[in-house]
Amino acid sequence: MGILISQLSWKIGGQQGEGVESTDRIFSTALNRLGYYLYGYRHFSSRIKGGHTNNKIRISTKPIRAISDDLDILVAFDQESIDLNAHELRKGGVIVADAKFDPSVPEGIDARLFPVPITKLAEELGTSLMKNMVASGASWALLGLPLEVFNKAVEEEFGRKGPAIVEKNIEAVKRGADFVLELAGGPLDEFKLEEADGKQKLFMIGNEAIGLGSIAAGCRLMSAYPITPASEIMEYLIKKLPKFGGTVIQTEDEIAAVTMAIGANYAGVRTMTASAGPGLSLMMEAIGLAGMTETPLVIVNTQRGGPSTGLPTKQEQSDLNAMVYGTHGEIPKIVIAPASIEDCFYDMIEAFNLSEQYQVPVIVMTDLQLSLGKQSCEPLDYSKIQIARGKLVQDAPALEGAELFKRYEFTEDGVSPRVLPGEKGGLHHVTGVEHDEVGRPSESAVNRRRMMDKRLKKLNALEIRDALRIDAPIEKPDLLIIGMGSTGGTIDAARERLKQDGISSNHITIRQIHPFPADALKPYLEAAKKVIVIENNATAQLAGQIKMYAGNSEKIESLLKYDGNPFLPLEIYKACKEMS
Amino acid sequence: MATFKEFRNNVKPNWCPGCGDFSIQAAIQRAAANVGLEPEQLAVISGIGCSGRISGYINAYGFHGIHGRALPIAQGVKLANRELTVIASGGDGDGFAIGMGHTVHAIRRNLNITYIVMDNQIYGLTKGQTSPRSAEGFKTKSTPEGSIETTLSPLEIAMSAGATFVAQSFSSDLKGLTSLIEQGIKHEGFSLINVFSPCVTFNKINTYDWFKENIVSLDQFPDYDPSDRVAAMNKIMETNGMLTGLIYQNTTRKSYEDMIVGFKPEALAKQDLALTQEQFDQLVSEFK
Repeated sequence: MGILISQLSWKIGGQQGEGVESTDRIFSTALNRLGYYLYGYRHFSSRIKGGHTNNKIRISTKPIRAISDDLDILVAFDQESIDLNAHELRKGGVIVADAKFDPSVPEGIDARLFPVPITKLAEELGTSLMKNMVASGASWALLGLPLEVFNKAVEEEFGRKGPAIVEKNIEAVKRGADFVLELAGGPLDEFKLEEADGKQKLFMIGNEAIGLGSIAAGCRLMSAYPITPASEIMEYLIKKLPKFGGTVIQTEDEIAAVTMAIGANYAGVRTMTASAGPGLSLMMEAIGLAGMTETPLVIVNTQRGGPSTGLPTKQEQSDLNAMVYGTHGEIPKIVIAPASIEDCFYDMIEAFNLSEQYQVPVIVMTDLQLSLGKQSCEPLDYSKIQIARGKLVQDAPALEGAELFKRYEFTEDGVSPRVLPGEKGGLHHVTGVEHDEVGRPSESAVNRRRMMDKRLKKLNALEIRDALRIDAPIEKPDLLIIGMGSTGGTIDAARERLKQDGISSNHITIRQIHPFPADALKPYLEAAKKVIVIENNATAQLAGQIKMYAGNSEKIESLLKYDGNPFLPLEIYKACKEMS
Repeated sequence: MATFKEFRNNVKPNWCPGCGDFSIQAAIQRAAANVGLEPEQLAVISGIGCSGRISGYINAYGFHGIHGRALPIAQGVKLANRELTVIASGGDGDGFAIGMGHTVHAIRRNLNITYIVMDNQIYGLTKGQTSPRSAEGFKTKSTPEGSIETTLSPLEIAMSAGATFVAQSFSSDLKGLTSLIEQGIKHEGFSLINVFSPCVTFNKINTYDWFKENIVSLDQFPDYDPSDRVAAMNKIMETNGMLTGLIYQNTTRKSYEDMIVGFKPEALAKQDLALTQEQFDQLVSEFK
């Protein structure tokens, strides 16, 4: 037996709708059972059936938050999947391909090909639909992992459909496994993984963590319009909210989605909407309404390739400016960027709390990779969760005569008491027109200045949990690398290699995008010889915020990628090395 | 119990003297008192335009939103607190131009709210441009040669969208309008009440006198059955949309709130936000 490895990368490719997703799901669920850390990446097209698609997962005995540069095993349902992906294979990597299409290894690629009659074996059992089982069984067998664990995952996937179906699928797994083992002469020694810690992690996509976090935060309504890559949040809540007395309403458009959420928040239910770039653009006027009327509002924006329809199924981080500056006029607004699967959960609680404590719109920005990449998640602790509703007044004292409740009372911190419709002592008016303390329209110049100042000062003292996530072991590093969203793990992987080359680096993930935590960031900028800001957009939007608010422009450089794909560790490593 | 006076406040509307909207305001106040509401039990959600100001002129909870979006805001309020009586209101531009998409879908959705449109066939607040309700040939600032677009028929659209309550009235008929609003509030579902509300400043064609001459009251047809959908559509077409009264009501279809699985009769806003540890563990378990 050779040396045990601590991680490997596996990819499955085929035509969309061909079982790529389900093969990945079953394979990775079984790995999760054994306690491995997983990190997935989905490559897909904006169409329902057909078109090349692939899912890649990285399997490790240690926590990982990035896809790998290379690939150990490629499972291919068609030649296109080999042609498009074989270049990622490391030297001596393995291709398991359906023998049906007479697969070949492209010229110049050093890989071992195992043609397995995937379709044929599945058809022998009655249906080609079981290709996914044959393929995942073959993959599992090559790794030499225990088949019982795999079969248990199959049982859970198909249990609902009855024992006959379960049995057939288990047989398909076995046939795939047997065939490939015969071909390879047993499990491949170089793919023998160290044993995992056996502690089962949670395994989910960011959008599911966001949905779960919302329920934990007390969100009971969601109004939304379907869009990639946000829809899974809605789909999750559609399944779960009825159990908690709530509901999801699919609206006619994103304008209705956001204004309905404003109405529901005004009336006292924590309500969210979620969308991506095009939907966010449609919501802009309403975001101003929430700001002006000081109505809590939580919007999740799962960024994808823009502008316009852009690259709807690809990675990008190019809505930052739209989120920070969007809506006409000037309002206080919070933009938070989760940077891990755990953040996706906990930040939703933070977002709902902030939106009520400060009575402002809160935008939670993810990116496609964070929203859709399936990954291991540390245990989530419900006891950590506190629901804070700010200055929400219950049982307001009765009003005298024509008096109204001072919903927009001038206060020290700018935040006024809030009361919900239905309260006898709470009558007041709400309007997007400039208004006085009871909400009546007012054009008085004095009132205008006071009201603007009152609203805008609300966030003066704001600092969220981990506004900056700081990994700064070096006092005066060669490099300070700054990123946001899903890029953190990839940056850390690149830093390991930089370290081996003698280049010291610190890493800061910016999680509070707006208001920008400039004072907290400045000392780290000043301590570094050079600052590299890494982001998935073409105009260096995050770097722009840093330069504007925290200065140090002369030492800030950008590494940008806007071809639709997430960064790879190697790209970051090479670029940083060059720039250092 | 509150009288209509309790629904008044001390704000002087910024409407022109003689505007039809004054009577609609009075009718809402009377209807609210007549159905036994207290001011805090009523939420008036309005859009933008002259008529959109109405939420500030009624002593109740009022939300003056953005142009064309009164209905989605109102639906959000109702979903959050179904114990409130929710009235959405605005002009014909608000509901049938910029907000038409929401109007159709709010009708389809059938939440238990009442939508009162103050229809003056023109844009008043922006000082006299054409509206989707303007007649063909109608000359305005934006149509100096006369409108060359077809006049939109909100009643036909409402019927075809599956409305469960369609009524039309005239602001001069305070009694009839008050009664229709009461019926709309009591109706278990979405009620559309389109009200002709003459603009005395910018619309010199569709005047009070013009309406008096052209309106066809359903009172003239003692045998008319408002539960007959086909008859309703016919009557709307026969009268070129100038019909007033309760045109259609479907009392068998349940409201949206009553059809949501697991939705409780108490206000969602009053329910506890916390989960039990057991509930949370169950949610988490499916990700293992």
